[in-house]
Amino acid sequence: MSAYSVTEPSRASKWVAGALVALYTLVTLLPLVWIISTSFKSGPDSISYPPKVIFEPALEGYVNLFTTRTRIAADDFAALPPPETWYDQIVRDQGMVIAGQSRFGERFMNSVIIGFGSTFLSIFLGTLAAYAFSRFKVPLKDDLLFFILSTRMMPPIAVAIPIYLMYRELGLSDTHLGMILLYTAVNISLAVWLLKGFIDEIPREYEEAALIDGYTRFQAFRKVVLPQAATGIASTAIFCLIFAWNEYAFAVLLTSGNAQTAPPFIPTIIGVGGQDWPAVAAGATLFLLPVMIFTILLRKHLLRGITFGAVRK
Amino acid sequence: MPHPPIPGPIEAAARATPAPLARKVRGLSDRAIAWIFVAPTIFLLLAINIFPLIWTVRLSFTNYAANRPNREVEWVGLRNYTRILTDEGTWATMQTTAHFLIWTIVLQVVIGFTLAWLINRKFKGNDLLTTLIVLPMMLSPAVVGNFWTFLYQPQIGLVNYMVELLTGTPASSFSMLGPGGLAPWSIIIVDTWMWTPFVMLICLAGLRSIPDYIYEAAEVDRASKWRQFWTITVPMVLPFLMLAVLFRGIENFKMFDMVNLLTGGGPGNETLLTSIDLKREAFEKWRTGYSSAYAIILFVTVFGLASIYVKALNKVKER
Repeated sequence: MSAYSVTEPSRASKWVAGALVALYTLVTLLPLVWIISTSFKSGPDSISYPPKVIFEPALEGYVNLFTTRTRIAADDFAALPPPETWYDQIVRDQGMVIAGQSRFGERFMNSVIIGFGSTFLSIFLGTLAAYAFSRFKVPLKDDLLFFILSTRMMPPIAVAIPIYLMYRELGLSDTHLGMILLYTAVNISLAVWLLKGFIDEIPREYEEAALIDGYTRFQAFRKVVLPQAATGIASTAIFCLIFAWNEYAFAVLLTSGNAQTAPPFIPTIIGVGGQDWPAVAAGATLFLLPVMIFTILLRKHLLRGITFGAVRK
Repeated sequence: MPHPPIPGPIEAAARATPAPLARKVRGLSDRAIAWIFVAPTIFLLLAINIFPLIWTVRLSFTNYAANRPNREVEWVGLRNYTRILTDEGTWATMQTTAHFLIWTIVLQVVIGFTLAWLINRKFKGNDLLTTLIVLPMMLSPAVVGNFWTFLYQPQIGLVNYMVELLTGTPASSFSMLGPGGLAPWSIIIVDTWMWTPFVMLICLAGLRSIPDYIYEAAEVDRASKWRQFWTITVPMVLPFLMLAVLFRGIENFKMFDMVNLLTGGGPGNETLLTSIDLKREAFEKWRTGYSSAYAIILFVTVFGLASIYVKALNKVKER
């Protein structure tokens, strides 16, 4: 190897490229920074013009997100005993009293249950199918694989009509199970394709050696293939989880109360006279932050997964 | 039962073992395992994708309305289809969708490719910046789209403020989501913001797949950088770029969540994309039969366009 390479960019061009990309990064992150900063603003600060970059941090948005509040008559308000807790105090400062808990906590938990439930199921079924497609002669293999992928081309609304009718018949409307099955069906196509790629990379010789050692096919799958595919399975799981976490179209059409997830709920948060932006921003922050952290921590696997379909062949 | 030849001693042992026990020891046959492993996935897809699709086809020939299950259902033949295809509203919606589709793809390809090309200079910290740039596409389009309505507020929003700051146009003189023709551009901006990273990542994978020796050979032949760019970089990234366009095209043809929260199709019908129109017909007007026909038309359109495109893509790859 020579010390000088003609393909290595010059220092100046690296510097310019770095500066331009950094500028784009700043612009593109601005809306996200704005969501997080708005969640710590007081109501008046959030709608002041020009927009406030420096402000006194407040927890009003978060308190409003988790509570419902009412206004009471001025006389009654004056006669109230002093507030007992810090969040009571924050609500009193807005001239209101706490009426109860909001539904945000419940909706967030629904997102967790449905997200993890459908991810587990997609990965479980997807790994089995991917292994079979990777190792065995399955009749009509290519057609089946294409069929599995083509199910992603349907607009969600088009599928939502009959599913709405079907779930109504089966009593699955607005249930966790119904949403878990639905998200699994949507995710499994991606899961099978990604996982097949990962399993294809594991040399067959490993299993063959295990089979000769007296393992059954199933044991070889469990004790040899699964540990080897663990990284691939984990990154596929993250994709499935992110999809289920973010999904909105099915959630808004097929759930109304019991099994509603956070994405259709957050836009419905309203305060007095319009949307309560600090509360919306607080809900958005709590909802988006886990994904942001995940993305940054697991960037290597995620970025590989996104380009996977394009890079293979 | 015939079985693949196994090396001597094991075969002998297998023969010596009584049949039921042998099956237990050697486990299920590969064929049986293949079926057991694939069947649940196929069953789930049949139940939740294919069966509903067939049901949609059936409904599309009726006047069924889901909010009136007791009304007698009539077969109306192709009436739903002819109505949709002769309705001017449908074509206006298709045009709105095409406008959205073309501009988002053009912007995302130009910006995404440029970014990938810059990142491929391998400056210090490029992987950290790549990760940060990717963040928007990982987030919930609904939650983010909803928050963009706040950024687009004419009186208090950040976008109008920035425009005033940079160009001097008074912030309250225009409204990104209101009447005045800006709304179609507002949804294009948000989509471009969210999905440019996707195109960028795929282009980056393409750029990194070009082996160095090709450039080295070009350098030996004294090809200018400009010529190298057009004769090596662009043609070799093109198949990747086309694939990114295919994915974005399909996704944006189905676009619902972000736009539904940002504009809901309004003002008027200015941003009425097909998916939003379909949702209005199906879940607000409850014309289930009509909207089923509409769904089938959309599905056939995506499928048809995608297949033609894939053929073109394969031709480019073969070159």
